Amino acid sequence: MRNLLALLTGLIFGMGLSLSEMINPDRVLGFLDILGAWNPALAFVLGGAVLTSMICFHFILKQPHPLLDKQFYMPTKTQIDRPLIVGAVLFGMGWGLYGYCPGPALAALVYLEPSTFIFVAAMIAGLFLARLWTARKNKS
Amino acid sequence: MFSVESALIALGGGVLIGAAASIFLLFNGRIMGVSGILSQALTLGPLNTRWTWLFLLGLVFGPVVSDAFLGTSQPVFAERSLWLTIVAGFLVGFGTSIGSGCTSGHGVCGISRLSNRSIVSVFVFMGTGMLTVFVMRQVGGL
Repeated sequence: MRNLLALLTGLIFGMGLSLSEMINPDRVLGFLDILGAWNPALAFVLGGAVLTSMICFHFILKQPHPLLDKQFYMPTKTQIDRPLIVGAVLFGMGWGLYGYCPGPALAALVYLEPSTFIFVAAMIAGLFLARLWTARKNKS
Repeated sequence: MFSVESALIALGGGVLIGAAASIFLLFNGRIMGVSGILSQALTLGPLNTRWTWLFLLGLVFGPVVSDAFLGTSQPVFAERSLWLTIVAGFLVGFGTSIGSGCTSGHGVCGISRLSNRSIVSVFVFMGTGMLTVFVMRQVGGL
């Protein structure tokens, strides 16, 4: 049942990314281009998403546990540390260079465009290298 | 180009994304963060669970379902050089991994639960993204 819900969540999320044109890289760059030909449409995407989930989260997190599990699995870190900032800077650079963040990049794979596969492969390589880097840093 | 209609469609897409995050939290009790779920799917050991792959499967098929029922169509793909594609993908993977999240985890879910880490992250990656586009449009002629 939990697996089915994960599938359904992914599906609705992917539909939302498509409807909102987040999977169109030039639309994303148009939003980030505030000093150029700015296209504010994506502000409505984030606005709609945050408004919806903020209202729902408020009520959901008051429940003792989720419907299909014994506990909520929430992030526990609260400290603003260097990896958070450095990671966000590097991610922002990649996002601004191409126009894809992880969700839309994966969703767009379905159209079988070779460049999307190259982007996702590089993204996974980055993920693994970050893991190695973090593991080494924690050791020293 | 920007119009009232495009803003409403964007809002509708956003509501779907927020609904997905809410359904996931309500039933499974987890944050819908794509970079984290992808990382978990690519892990050996007890953290690797079937639901991560099913989520990703749903995500990948979302756009074609949307094309069939919501009247969307295949996006116009970015025309970027091979090296720029590789560098950008690498930065997105590396950055979201050490920064513990991306637009869905920090952006949608994190802001919604007023996490200070997520709010800082969103300001930083959005600001950096805007700066990058500015520099690229000035220098790179993108």
